[in-house]
Amino acid sequence: MPTVSHADSAPLISFRDVNHDFGNRPILRNINLTVRKSEFVCLVGPSGCGKTTLLRMIGGLLAPTSGEVAFNGHRLNGPAKEISFMFQDYSKALLPWRTAAGNVSLALEANGVPARKRGPRIAELLKKVGLANHAEHFPAQLSGGMQQRVQIARCLAQDPSVLLMDEPFGALDAMTRQSLQDEILRLIAASGTTVLFVTHDLEEAIYLGNRVVALYPNPGRIAQIFDVDLPAKRDQLTTREQPNFLRLRRELYDFVREGEA
Amino acid sequence: MKTLKGLLLPVLLLVLWEISFRVSGIQSDSIAAPSQIAVAFWTALADGTIVRRTGETLRAAMTGLAIGGGSGLVLSIIIGLVPPIARLLQFSFEVLRPVPAVALIPVAILVLGFGYGMEIALVAFATFWPVLIYGHAAIVNIEPQLLDVSRVLRLNPFSRITKVVLPATMPRYFVAFRLAVAVALIVAITVEIAANPIGIGYELMQASQSLRPALMFAMVLWIGIVGWTLNAVLLFAQRRLFGPAAMSLAVRT
Repeated sequence: MPTVSHADSAPLISFRDVNHDFGNRPILRNINLTVRKSEFVCLVGPSGCGKTTLLRMIGGLLAPTSGEVAFNGHRLNGPAKEISFMFQDYSKALLPWRTAAGNVSLALEANGVPARKRGPRIAELLKKVGLANHAEHFPAQLSGGMQQRVQIARCLAQDPSVLLMDEPFGALDAMTRQSLQDEILRLIAASGTTVLFVTHDLEEAIYLGNRVVALYPNPGRIAQIFDVDLPAKRDQLTTREQPNFLRLRRELYDFVREGEA
Repeated sequence: MKTLKGLLLPVLLLVLWEISFRVSGIQSDSIAAPSQIAVAFWTALADGTIVRRTGETLRAAMTGLAIGGGSGLVLSIIIGLVPPIARLLQFSFEVLRPVPAVALIPVAILVLGFGYGMEIALVAFATFWPVLIYGHAAIVNIEPQLLDVSRVLRLNPFSRITKVVLPATMPRYFVAFRLAVAVALIVAITVEIAANPIGIGYELMQASQSLRPALMFAMVLWIGIVGWTLNAVLLFAQRRLFGPAAMSLAVRT
């Protein structure tokens, strides 16, 4: 994951002077942010900083009260085919009455993929996320980590150029979380997908991101953007021992503590 | 083993009931011994009375349910998905819903006369509400994230209803349907007891008025069996259709 090359490519997603209110309550203020192709941007901040709201705007689920969110140079109005959204609460994001395969199929059905072409594509996607043997299982029969893998497969079925992830591993145990972190890095490295990743786990943000955007709460504002200067090949042990990783972790923790004070 | 233990008390009471009748030699116009009830039941079954009367009751109850429940289903989907229509109808619903169907028996007699028509109309009125109210609640309470999923996947409105809204609400609709079946049976039999000269309820009333307690208790027993069977069949169907996950959901509603 080279960080330098991103500066050359054109902006893929841009927020221009975005404000968002919920009723009279300001949620986001003066958001200006540009994300380039193949970047992995993590959004961190305390609850109430509007990080999920930001993500939902790119997902087309919310329109800004003022300002503009643009994708590929065009103003976004509503969900776009190239942008897929992965939800935090897997138990509510999968259709409980459909099997793993059926849930992946939903994305293909939505995109008008003919029935006879779906089968092989679903098998390929489930294999990619390590669920080849669980195609006929219902979500309730799968562990949390496996359900999130189904969601990843469903997102990939859309062939997205942008993947939005809203605290996708927040509810998982530490081991499962780490293996899914590496899995996501592997999957997107192959396709050059751009990722926006919301998390409250600062180490996760540094481990995954090329950039970490830290937000202040009430109303949500961008406080600081940290560039992550780490070797592209991440490793759960060695990356986390790098001086740069530790330095960034320190900076982010200090920053968060300051924000809470 | 559990069912055996559960049966112990009722069987004991029946035996006591029978013995006290035999020992005291009571001749009564208001109660009967279990053996007499069994004979009356068997006679009514053998001469076709029970089958005919049950057919009449079920015909009225199920036709009324189809009309009332069917309109409740369609209307609940409409008002669930189009809130302005819900707001438009809310006041009328709140005025009409508390009216007990039984209170409309005199009105139905006057307007429709005796027979199937009035019984069907009353059952339809009574079953309309549970399906409408439960169905509306089911649609309004769909997990919002499922709707978000259907939006980010860009499902068209038709697919959204058939692939997300309806499957998500089906278990709750089925619970509403089960409730409506029970209501249909209660209202049909009540109408028959109170006024309409058809069905099990009428047979029961006749037995009571002609001082035949054995037949009267036999009919009460039979009504219990019919209600229990209907519920058992529906519970079985619910388990088969929606699986264990839906059962737990159904219990919560």
